[in-house]
Amino acid sequence: MNYMPLDRRSFLAGSATVGLSLGFHVPFVSPTSAEGAPEVNAWVVVKPDDTVIIRIARSEMGQGTLTGLAQMVAEELECDWSKVTTEYPTPGESVARKNPWGDFGTGGSRGIRTSQDYVRKGGAAARMMLVQAAANEWKVPASECTAANSVITHKASNRSTTYGKVAAAAAQIEPPKDVPLKDPKDWKLIGKSVKRLDTADKTVGKMMYGVDVKLPGMLNATIKACPVFGGKLKSFDAAKVESMKGVKKVVPVGDNAVAVIADTWWHAKSALDALPIVWDGGENAKVSSESIAKWLKEGLDSDQAFVGNKNGDAKAGLASAAKKVVAEYGYPYQNHACMEPLNATALYTPDRCEVWCGTQHGQAAFAAALEASGLPASKVEVYKYMLGGGFGRRGRSDYVTQAVLIAKQMPSTPIKLLWSREEDMQHGTYHPVTQCRLTAGLDDKGNLNTLHVRISGQSILTALRPEALVNGMDPATFQGLNASGEAAIGYSVPNLLIEHAMRNPHVPPGFWRGVNVNHNAIYLESFMDELAKETGVDPLEFRRRLMANHPKHLGVLNAVAERIGWGTPAPAGQFRGIAQFMGYGSYVAAAAEVSVNDNKVKVHRIVAATDPGYAVNPGQIERQISGSFVYGLSALFLGECTVKDGAIEQTNFDTYDSMRIAQMPKVECIVMPTGGFWGGVGEPTISVAPPAVLNAIFAATGKRYRSFPLKNHGLSLV
Amino acid sequence: MLRLTINGKSHDVDVESETPLLWVIRDSIGMTGTKYGCGIAQCGACTVHIDGAAVRSCGVTAGDAVGKNVTTIEGLAENGILTKVQQAWIDLDVPQCGYCQSGMIMAVSALLKEKPKPTDADIDNSITNICRCGTFQQVRAAIHAAASA
Repeated sequence: MNYMPLDRRSFLAGSATVGLSLGFHVPFVSPTSAEGAPEVNAWVVVKPDDTVIIRIARSEMGQGTLTGLAQMVAEELECDWSKVTTEYPTPGESVARKNPWGDFGTGGSRGIRTSQDYVRKGGAAARMMLVQAAANEWKVPASECTAANSVITHKASNRSTTYGKVAAAAAQIEPPKDVPLKDPKDWKLIGKSVKRLDTADKTVGKMMYGVDVKLPGMLNATIKACPVFGGKLKSFDAAKVESMKGVKKVVPVGDNAVAVIADTWWHAKSALDALPIVWDGGENAKVSSESIAKWLKEGLDSDQAFVGNKNGDAKAGLASAAKKVVAEYGYPYQNHACMEPLNATALYTPDRCEVWCGTQHGQAAFAAALEASGLPASKVEVYKYMLGGGFGRRGRSDYVTQAVLIAKQMPSTPIKLLWSREEDMQHGTYHPVTQCRLTAGLDDKGNLNTLHVRISGQSILTALRPEALVNGMDPATFQGLNASGEAAIGYSVPNLLIEHAMRNPHVPPGFWRGVNVNHNAIYLESFMDELAKETGVDPLEFRRRLMANHPKHLGVLNAVAERIGWGTPAPAGQFRGIAQFMGYGSYVAAAAEVSVNDNKVKVHRIVAATDPGYAVNPGQIERQISGSFVYGLSALFLGECTVKDGAIEQTNFDTYDSMRIAQMPKVECIVMPTGGFWGGVGEPTISVAPPAVLNAIFAATGKRYRSFPLKNHGLSLV
Repeated sequence: MLRLTINGKSHDVDVESETPLLWVIRDSIGMTGTKYGCGIAQCGACTVHIDGAAVRSCGVTAGDAVGKNVTTIEGLAENGILTKVQQAWIDLDVPQCGYCQSGMIMAVSALLKEKPKPTDADIDNSITNICRCGTFQQVRAAIHAAASA
């Protein structure tokens, strides 16, 4: 991220400053919590009544990170969990304070795993300062004092006090330089399935999402961008709608969109629907799903491809193989379709720009507001709200940019931009489209001697983070197929070649829950099943033979096999499938029980296992597992964004459907952390449900489906 | 000017009678617990009760609601006492992002009024709300918990 430098004094001038407090990294005159209490450090505020406010930099979008991160801080803080609340620091405050909270970005299942050390240290440092403050008051060594449940005790003199009573004094103490952390075996709160901190408001309609922001004098806007990605706005006839009820203004937004501002959203939407607009789709208007598929298909044979993983000599291995097996797969575009359509509210004056929104990346939203407003950082602020789903989509800030560009055309009036579902469906950042050819070489005993995987298709990083490319290669395309690291393949094959022929259609790709593990797991784990069938070996046994050097992959696979009773008869009429994969630092596996009658597929049960190293809140991990299966199986059976004349054809949930409760399998979770590493939770498991179900469908029907969604093959999910 | 009764309170609103009830509730009256998800009565995020029955408020006009009793998520608890459904939602930690849950709770509350002890098949037939976080497993468990509370 690039930030414009912020004049700290101007920031502080706008903040209430109470005494001297201590930032975790940089001591300076600090702001207070939203409720006015001084902070102990950047992560912890303790109010006189012992309420503890824990600051959370990452965004909550349902995945439970707010609660999990609070558990991490509270574990070391030794505070009374029943008195914990949370608050988001703002991105502007972060810039002003030289980034004491680190990365606000919330994606890649990184919320806990990439901040676990410094948030725990934040809690531990605050505890040390609170204890020191009590010790100073009692004139005893801090080492003689203990802290538990927000109470500090000096046993020798039989004295005790609470965090709330010493917080103001603690805030003035030099932060400790050496901040030791607990041994994981001593954790009391980490590892416990405590209740989420954000549930109650969600059951009474009180939780505030970006779409619920209300400001005095606020107007509502909605927008249409050129349906053809990369196309331009040519003209619109505002006179046709300006006299419609409630309409205030019709404005161009950038060079590719037009918005209507009105008193209510419905008036804005009605006017926008009636507005004559002329688009210039340009060259991209010729692109279709068919033309994209043809281009990708060529990539399966192209001479040029990036090599992501290689050992042995795959070409020689295939040439000398006793038997070759070849299969081609493909996976379509998917839209995030967050339940809350994209929105942001902006208030612009020539001297200040403020934005209220749900975002997965507060700092990126801030940067977008800076750029769109043209104001310096000291005059920009972003206020984060609960996200009505993110799944990767709200890591982009296009809607923030639009909201500011609209607000600039009506200064001093707060304007809430809310996309229609149709706009949301047609202007996503889509799960990338790929095809894959897998070629196996088997020796005369049926052993997998050679595996060549050629993926052809879209690179997300080329579109969104070109600086992360390695000599033009997108390393993320090999997620789950790498030789080592946080997304490593779980099989040893003597001759292995995994390649990517990059083909980037004009449809913008994005990080979609699971990202590249979705299709990579379907490709590899379906093909493993094909090879098992080809060699007459049980699919579990076939995999096990290749996994001797991958004990953690094998651990989760064995766990689901045992729990589902692999090797014993399935319930009458049901058939089993199994799959394993790795992503985001976690090892995951699933085994499914499925029946198929008259092309109606019923997924009865899925047993899932995950080894994320450490499990901060197993109850929430279970919810992420079953939730991820809904997202992944919705895509497998129902979801597909197709392209016609350069635009996405699907417009709403009637054409881009999503699973309902009747279609939900029973999900049994095995959360089996083996310790010593930190893996992610929100995404990894999404990878294994589809291949486990596909392999079960094959067991049931003898049919191998290699293109998706399954509805295109006449299969329905019941 | 239309007169609507929402959560037992009368509201005079200056809207065209064909305005979807959802937008009158959200923008004109300013109660934001009822959510916009699709606008075509597919997802159920905007579910409210009209004379006790679960209705997708994006598909009903304000004019249609005149003279009827509309209940939104804000009006479900009486005198601040949560209903069994809301309590079960808290006890079982059902919501993830929570955006669809107002509508989900309203749909489930109407179901339980009609069928106090619903079977899984009853749930499958009557609860058709979309949840992209995928809370269905917890939703089902919470419905049974509320039914036996």
